[in-house]
Amino acid sequence: MPDLEIELICKQIRRHIVRMVYEAKSGHIGGSMSAVEIMTVLYSEFLNHDSERPDWPDRDRFIMSKGHATPVQYAVLSQFGYILEDELKTFRQLGTRLQGHSVLGKPPGVENSAGSLGMGLSFGLGQRLGLHLKGSAANVFVLMGDGEHNEGQIWEAAMAASHHQVSNLIALIDLNGIQNDDFTEKTLNTNSLADKYRAFGWQVRDGINGHDVTSVREAFVWAQSMATDGPVALQFNTVKGKGVSFMENNPAFHGAPPNDDQFEQAMIELS
Amino acid sequence: MSNTPDEAATREALGPGLLKAADRSEIVVVDADLGKSTTARLIADQYPERFITFGIAEQNMASAAAGIATTGFTVVASTFAVFAEHAFDQWRMSVAQPNLDVKLFASHGGVSTGEDGASAQSVEDIGVFSSLVNFTVCVPADVVEADAMVAAAVDNYGPWYVRLGRAKVPTIYTNGSSFKVGQADTLREGEDVSIIACGLMVDRALQAAELLSKDGIQARVINMSTIRPLDTSALFKAASETGAIVVAEEHLVHSGLGALCAQALASENPVPMEFVGIQNRYGESGKWFEILELLGLTVEGISDAARRALSRK
Repeated sequence: MPDLEIELICKQIRRHIVRMVYEAKSGHIGGSMSAVEIMTVLYSEFLNHDSERPDWPDRDRFIMSKGHATPVQYAVLSQFGYILEDELKTFRQLGTRLQGHSVLGKPPGVENSAGSLGMGLSFGLGQRLGLHLKGSAANVFVLMGDGEHNEGQIWEAAMAASHHQVSNLIALIDLNGIQNDDFTEKTLNTNSLADKYRAFGWQVRDGINGHDVTSVREAFVWAQSMATDGPVALQFNTVKGKGVSFMENNPAFHGAPPNDDQFEQAMIELS
Repeated sequence: MSNTPDEAATREALGPGLLKAADRSEIVVVDADLGKSTTARLIADQYPERFITFGIAEQNMASAAAGIATTGFTVVASTFAVFAEHAFDQWRMSVAQPNLDVKLFASHGGVSTGEDGASAQSVEDIGVFSSLVNFTVCVPADVVEADAMVAAAVDNYGPWYVRLGRAKVPTIYTNGSSFKVGQADTLREGEDVSIIACGLMVDRALQAAELLSKDGIQARVINMSTIRPLDTSALFKAASETGAIVVAEEHLVHSGLGALCAQALASENPVPMEFVGIQNRYGESGKWFEILELLGLTVEGISDAARRALSRK
């Protein structure tokens, strides 16, 4: 897909994210905005999926480990045919399929339940092990935040994936530098996640500009070429709140909605 | 089971049961470095690709088990009961909420783990796993029932927690078990008082009933081996026909089988109840039967409770 077209889709997804959180008066904008290019390039060009057959056994899996970033997940699922755009209005409302945090199968296309952080890599690892036993080479992509790496379970999974030389498991690290209360380096400094994954025996590429479509695409091409031999991690340098000037790199927009003025301003910037 | 032993630990049923299940079902067994102790590792020789070890990492094992289950396998996880609790949120979030087909067989349940002391003794595991929506929770009374439970767990969809034990306990079902999930088994009829028990307390309940009969008290003994879903029809029948109930369990009284029975009876047919179990404390080191003695989980403990319940009718 031409870069320009993907960039237009990304802008549309960002508008959906801001509107969903604004209308719900709650939700996680910052960590959704930072993952827009990663997810859009993935769903456009790499993820082997079919919205008409969300249970197709041989499909690639996308695991949302940072389960609070549902605004970007639902907006992407809408963009790629899993739900109608209109359903995004129901986000976080009583009776919706679009809960605040990911729930497996709601809607179809959501492959795991999340919200408690640090579980997605284990879940994806298990899926790859199961797919391997079934004779399927389908890929499993797991999106994690950098703050999420405070959770020890991720390192249990990193160790096990390497030990079992799990192929076609690709970890996507959204390194936006901010977690719930503050910057990650002030809360619990994870230092170089890339070096840690290398030490655990993974193939790693870091320093990827997570908002440049070409860079993101190249990273996925590299990851898929490496993943047949064992687990692969891509570390994307991203900006929390990317796309709206006053949200960018601002810890206040991890989990807070914009007010009326902020919403208007954001939609102007994203038009 | 063939060659039924006079006594055996319920954990001894797991490995052989899984071997039988693997012959007929697509199961994958996951482990956290205790496969020898839980006996689950038996499957590895015959089906090496279906036995996956995750090392001493129960959180990863729980979530990975859930992931494997999404690809169409029935997944059996095993560890010790206390370490199953270690990953509570993983069982909640990865398995219970999405209602995935993962069976957790937790060996070394209760205080009868013995010499290892309080840290290795799960006094709260039944309460912990009964608190999870979608989980079936079972405790076998002996190795024969445990064998039947392994088969039933594999053959029924959904998350299960099964507590197994380390201590060698007497075999009750010498003529085989007709275990059906959610169905209590009345082992002895009686009209004066009902003793509802699970696990190794079932044998002690039978002995208590024998003791009571010498004083002319006819006690009904019910093996409530499925804790969730509770067999409320057997429970309500016992309440209405005997009018007094004792619950005996190797577990904290405030969160186990007794508490669940009391809750069910409170709104249906409250009758005098007594509870034989662990009273707000942890265990300690000792021989397993010495610890049961220390905590009052004895034949006399049950028969005394039955007399108290009777006196309140």
